[in-house]
This record gives sequence, C-alpha cells and structure tokens, in this order.
Amino acid sequence: MKSAARIAREVQSGETTATAELEASFAAISRRNGELNVFLHVDQEGARDQAAHIDARVARGEPVGALAGVPIAIKDNLCQIGVPTTCSSKILEGWRPPYNATVIDRLALAGAVCVGKTNLDEFAMGSSTENSAFGPTRNPLDPSRVPGGSSGGSAAAVAADMTPIALGSDTGGSIRQPAALCGIVGVKPTYGLVSRYGLIAFASSLDQVGPLAKTVLDSALLLEAIAGHDPRDSTSLPEPSPSLVAHVEDGVAGLRVALVHELVEGADPEVLEAVERATAALADAGATVVQLSIPEIRLALSAYYLIAPAEASSNLARFDGVRYGLRVDAKNVTAMMEATRTAGFGAEVKRRIMLGTYALSAGYYDAYYGQALKVRTHMIDAFARAYREADLLIGATTPSVAFAFGEKTTNPMAMYLSDVFTIPTNLAGEAAVSVPFGTGEGGLPIGVQLLGPGRSEARLLAAARVLEIADGRP
Amino acid sequence: MAPPLRREDVAHVARLARLTLSEAELDMFTEQLGQVLEHANDMSALALDDVVATAHPFGLTNVVREDVVTASLERARVLEMAPDAQDGRFAVPQIMGDAP
Repeated sequence: MKSAARIAREVQSGETTATAELEASFAAISRRNGELNVFLHVDQEGARDQAAHIDARVARGEPVGALAGVPIAIKDNLCQIGVPTTCSSKILEGWRPPYNATVIDRLALAGAVCVGKTNLDEFAMGSSTENSAFGPTRNPLDPSRVPGGSSGGSAAAVAADMTPIALGSDTGGSIRQPAALCGIVGVKPTYGLVSRYGLIAFASSLDQVGPLAKTVLDSALLLEAIAGHDPRDSTSLPEPSPSLVAHVEDGVAGLRVALVHELVEGADPEVLEAVERATAALADAGATVVQLSIPEIRLALSAYYLIAPAEASSNLARFDGVRYGLRVDAKNVTAMMEATRTAGFGAEVKRRIMLGTYALSAGYYDAYYGQALKVRTHMIDAFARAYREADLLIGATTPSVAFAFGEKTTNPMAMYLSDVFTIPTNLAGEAAVSVPFGTGEGGLPIGVQLLGPGRSEARLLAAARVLEIADGRP
Repeated sequence: MAPPLRREDVAHVARLARLTLSEAELDMFTEQLGQVLEHANDMSALALDDVVATAHPFGLTNVVREDVVTASLERARVLEMAPDAQDGRFAVPQIMGDAP
C-alpha cells in the first residue's frame, strides 16, 4: 500500500483521487477483515462522502490539508458523530456519539478520510485484544498470534495494508506494544500534546492519543495534524502543534543515547540483541552511546496497576445505565445500575474497577494509591536525572515477539508484565516511540523503543528514522 | 505493608462498585487481585515520606475559561441515545422506597 505522504501528495497534484484510495482501502478490508477481525464498524457512507468532498475541493483548485485523501483507521474509543462507538464493550453497544473527539475534527481539517472503528481490549484494558467483547483481532503477520493491545485493531489495520495510518491511545503502552508486535511505528506523545476531548477515558492522567503508521514520516505527518492546544481539554499543553515532519531527517549526530539496563531486563535474548544492534546503528550515525541504570523503573508496574485502576474505577462509574448504552431493567435504580454494570462489563474491566475501588478505599488509600503517587514522583525525578546524562534513552518495547492466543489470559499478572517497558513513560508523562528493528522467532518483528523527555517528539522521530534506514527501509 | 486481601474484602468492593459476583468469580478475583496487590508490596518498603505525590505529570492546576455562555450539546440529540427519556430528561426506575 502507498504511504500516507505519497497519497496526500498524489491527491493534491491530481495524480489520484481520495475516492480511488478509499475504494482500495475498502477492498483490502473486505479481503481480510473476516479473518482478522480488525474493524468493528466500517463507515462506508460517511467515508465516501468525505472522500468526495476532498476530490471536489481539488477539482475546484481549493487547498486541501497535509493528509488529503488519506484513509485512516480510528480506535473505537474515540467519539465520532453518528458512528457507533463501543470501546469493545457490551455496555456501549449501539451507542452513537453526539459529538466528535477533537482529533476527529483535526483529521477532517487535514483532509484525512476516517474509514471505520477498530477493535481494542475493552475500554483499552489489555495487551492482546483478547479482552474485546466482540472477539480478538488476529495478527496479520501470523494469525495464530495476538496483535498486541489495546490498540490491536489499529495496529493490525496498518500492518494488513488496510489503511496506511491509524489512531490509537496509549495508557501504559497500548500504542507502542501493538506497533512492536505488528511490525509498525507507534508514538506515545507527551502527556497533553494531543487533546483527550472525546477519547473515552480509562486513566485520565496517563491516557494519550497517538499515531500508528508503517513509516516514521507518516507518524510525524499524523501527529503534527492532531497535536496542539485544545481549550476543551483542561490538561492540554498551552502551545501549538510542534514542527515534526521538517525534522524527520535531522539524524542523531551529536546526540547522547543511553541504553537503559532496566528497559531490556528480562527480555528474550533476540530482543536484547536487536536493541544492541539498534544502539550500534545510532552510534554509527554519530550518536554518543552510554549505558545507564534507572532502578526506579522496576517500580513502575506496581505503581501503574494501582494508579490506572484507581482512575478507571472513577471514570467508569459513569456507565450506570442512565445516560447512554446498555440498561438492564430492575425494580429500583440501584438494582438497575448493578444489573447493567454486571451484564455490560467484561472480566478484565471488573478486575480493574475492583482493584481501583480497593486501592482508594478507606484504610488502604495511603498504603496503595497514596504510595503509588509518590513512586510516580520518584520515577519522574529518576528520568529527569537520566536526561541530564542523555538526550534519548533506548530499550525494548516488549519482552518478546507476538505471543499466541490464550497464552496469558488465565494469569492477569503475566499479561500485565508484557507492558513492563512501556509503562514508565506514561507515569512520567513523557514521550516514546516504538520502531520495528529486525525480526525474531518465526520471522516476527521486534520493536525497539526510544524514550525522551516531554516535548522531545521531533528528536525521537529523527532517531527512529535513523533506525528505519538502518533496518533497510530507506 | 497492607494485610492480604480477603474474600470478604472483594465482596465489599464489588458492592461499592455496583457489581454482582458469583461465588466462582469471588474466588477467582480474590486470588487474582491478591497477586497484583502482592506485587505492589515492592513499593511499600520504600521510604518516601518526604516525597510529594504526583497526580498530574506537569503539575497543571485548575484551568479556567471566561465565564461566558457557549453552545453545548443539543438536548434532543443527547436524549436520543439514552436508554429511557421522558419530558426532556433522563428517566430512571424508582429511586426511593419500595417498588409498587
């Protein structure tokens, strides 16, 4: 499939049309969606209208945006007017939002065409899409394996050439981990860089919307289009979208890169080897390489699995059968709410709601939630010290390549451990990129993770581009 | 270090969270949540008394806008997606007293 950059260029010049590119995307979807379960809903009518609108503008000689005519897949926890939005949960089945997420409005301004909504772990809680109420998504590279999660549908859409780019959300690794397992690029932007308005909340202090794409350049194009201050999100950084595309070819000459021991600790040998080769490639491109240990990273998983469920237990209290989604009738309002929530939420969502409720409950608050918030500060300070010695950190995105279905579903702790390298960035509110680098067992892709301080996206993407070239994708 | 999670703790928390659990689910969740909390004990040994808690990565405090009326969602469109609505409002089952 053509890259987003190429489609936009050709649509702008009249070499192709948005409609032709959209029909190619629909054809790819119909070829493999039955097998892979990537899209929960394809918005044929809305997408065709949007494509026709772009083509009409081009025909009239009017300006079109940086993503003109580019088909894009949307994770199904982002609200789009009139388009079914489920969070892969029965509790929202059939709901059609009365408003757009800010990122959807920004995509429309950039001329992108939203083709449909992709599968995820219910309410973005999971690392494999096996927690979807509508069945798991399969990894396009090996359908016996998971695509990762929670943005597994969005990653699979790109990996299966259904769309060149997709939007995901990343609370503890939900963009980077599926990107790694599907062999594509995924970016977790700095907290507050991209508006969360219209992203159905999981853990509000950690959630961030970001791009998934085949190439680093396409990730930069997409992130630049959606980033920037939004008055409707009170946590939005008060600054315009950064310049990213212009810096993709900046290289890494003169940058200090630190290979972090705790970001490869426990990874499979083939993953460690890929990270070491990637580090050497950055050195070849002019970076100075050092080794660093950040022991505080080992505490990230524990802090995360108290903070994220605590916030989720509060955010998901709104699903009570009153204003939207499912209602299971009962004799009074309390019984109705309990019956609705019991029928509407899956096991993982219940697990996290209860964990969060417990961590926040009287008598345990200080020991669990309070302590986790202090560990979060502890980690932010540790990263700040590391960034005095290095401009970028490098490590693995995931401990292994894509795993098989059912391998971790009976043991939640084993599933949680697959996010051990991605969670620290979310707690720190900083930025990270996963870029494919080499392959492991069964020819499956390995993702290398680059981490930077807040607002370091341009530097991260330039370094990711160096790895992309070194891995044979000029 | 907090005491180990008991079955009755899980039952209590489920009630607070408005979730009904079967006996089998109670057993399963007690074991699974216990494992997560046990993992979290690695934090409790840390002396962090002087550390300030972080609830927001960049310490943003309240953000306010001008106190002017702006457009909000149209009532009819919002109620259209509600499970039940009456007279321009969300409708719910009986709130107080016993059902007739």
